[in-house]
Amino acid sequence: MTTATRAPALRFSGVTKRFSGGTTALAGADLEVAPGEFVSVVGPSGCGKSTLLRIASGLDDITGGSVEVGTKRLGYVFQDATLLPWRTVRQNVALFAELERMDKAEREEKIAAALELVGLTGFERHLPHQLSGGMRMRASLARSLVLDPEVFLFDEPFGALDEITRERLNDELLRAHRLRAFAALFVTHSIAESVFLASRVVVMSPRPGRVIADIPVPFGYPRLPGLRYTPEFGALCGEVSSHLRSV
Amino acid sequence: MSTADTGTSLKPEEVRTADEERAAVAAASAAPSGPGGLGAAAASLGTRVGLPAAVAGVIIGLWYFVSEVVLNSYQRFMLPPPHRVLEVGFLTWSNFTALVSALGTTAEVTFSGLAISIVLGVGTALLMSQAKWVENALYPWAVVLQTVPILALTPFLSFFFGFALTSRVIVAVIIAFFPIVSNTLFGLQSADHGMHDLFSLHKASRWTRLWKLQFPAALPAMFAGFRVSAGLAVIGAIVGEFFFKQGQPGLGTNMSVYTSLTEGEQLWASVLTASALGIAVFVFFGWLSRRVVGRWYHPERR
Repeated sequence: MTTATRAPALRFSGVTKRFSGGTTALAGADLEVAPGEFVSVVGPSGCGKSTLLRIASGLDDITGGSVEVGTKRLGYVFQDATLLPWRTVRQNVALFAELERMDKAEREEKIAAALELVGLTGFERHLPHQLSGGMRMRASLARSLVLDPEVFLFDEPFGALDEITRERLNDELLRAHRLRAFAALFVTHSIAESVFLASRVVVMSPRPGRVIADIPVPFGYPRLPGLRYTPEFGALCGEVSSHLRSV
Repeated sequence: MSTADTGTSLKPEEVRTADEERAAVAAASAAPSGPGGLGAAAASLGTRVGLPAAVAGVIIGLWYFVSEVVLNSYQRFMLPPPHRVLEVGFLTWSNFTALVSALGTTAEVTFSGLAISIVLGVGTALLMSQAKWVENALYPWAVVLQTVPILALTPFLSFFFGFALTSRVIVAVIIAFFPIVSNTLFGLQSADHGMHDLFSLHKASRWTRLWKLQFPAALPAMFAGFRVSAGLAVIGAIVGEFFFKQGQPGLGTNMSVYTSLTEGEQLWASVLTASALGIAVFVFFGWLSRRVVGRWYHPERR
């Protein structure tokens, strides 16, 4: 970008979303994510967190306000791994690249790199049902990493996993973030996860959702797994939690 | 399998497939209750083969009872005892050759009817899957086609297609068509929302979505439909042969002749042969389905 202040990777200004059924999911949500920044979003169930991601990706449209996405290279990981059960790991990881008509040689190279990055090298020929939940999520991450995303959207990707697997995937996600430098918008129900991953935690109100707190996380990267058990980390989680309870 | 998350150096050989895991679980649960895996395997063989065999025994027993006890000698032509059916219907050379030739004709009608049903049925379902209005327009007529009494159609069919094989094939198609349409359509609509989102995210064309998502997702349901329709095509062929008797006689043609001549042995030999044909096509499509989708589709785990 040539402008003095870098354009945000993602900007929501006064976004409202009313579904045709009459439910208002978002009422004037404002949020900015700078290139390479990692932002977590926490909020009560049904507050429109996922809708925010669907809007950013173009899956849903808005009924008011504006959204700017600074790139076409968008990663998206859903709550479920949503792997196609008839495709092998490798074929699943190739899906987005296929849909984007990525050139064959480039595709092969990016697939190998993505599989390597998420630790699935050697599992290319496995089918989804042969993998653990954690490994399915890795494949789902790799599917987006193939596109070299500049903006990466995460919709509670690790919510269904056990605590140990979840922490390990958090560590590895941060490693991928360090290596690929994408801007991340990470929706989660876990306060600890939101603080551990992000440099900013955004708290949303119950439906209709708005941003009610924007809490900077002062810890630098890389973050070691032990950070989760420091008093400072606990204090910050407490702060996020108090914002959630105040609404 | 969560050990796989401990690092990146794990070899694929070390991953247990879900099948192996299931087998391990089954073996573990069988162990305390008896002699172990071998006993469980024997028990499973017993239920797979022993039970149907026992049912066959009961049926043959009932058959003898009805034939020898319930019916008197003047009525016995309606259900001759099994050994007479075997002797006269299958082991008398001229009857046997007639039976085999009829089976060939019926099989030909069955397979032609089934092939046409598959092409038309899958094609119709594909069209329906592309627009709701097509589905709304066509689906009721597919139901009507299924429920229309064939008897009522015979004059019409014979007028346009004659009294020979063509009309028989059309009857088979009419009877076998619906399950293929309904199952294929159900299958094409079965891919979940999340999977559709993957394609929407990347602005996939209708064709790409159909070919890479809906069609593969539909395959298990399609094969279930083919299997049902295969059995129905046999019925359709035989019903068709009852009405359209010109040309090569099929099992149905002969059944209607044997009925009027009260040749019970040959009639029942034809009935058993027709059942065998039905079972054969059913088993074949089960096998084909496992070959095509068995690698990833495991209904018992859903």
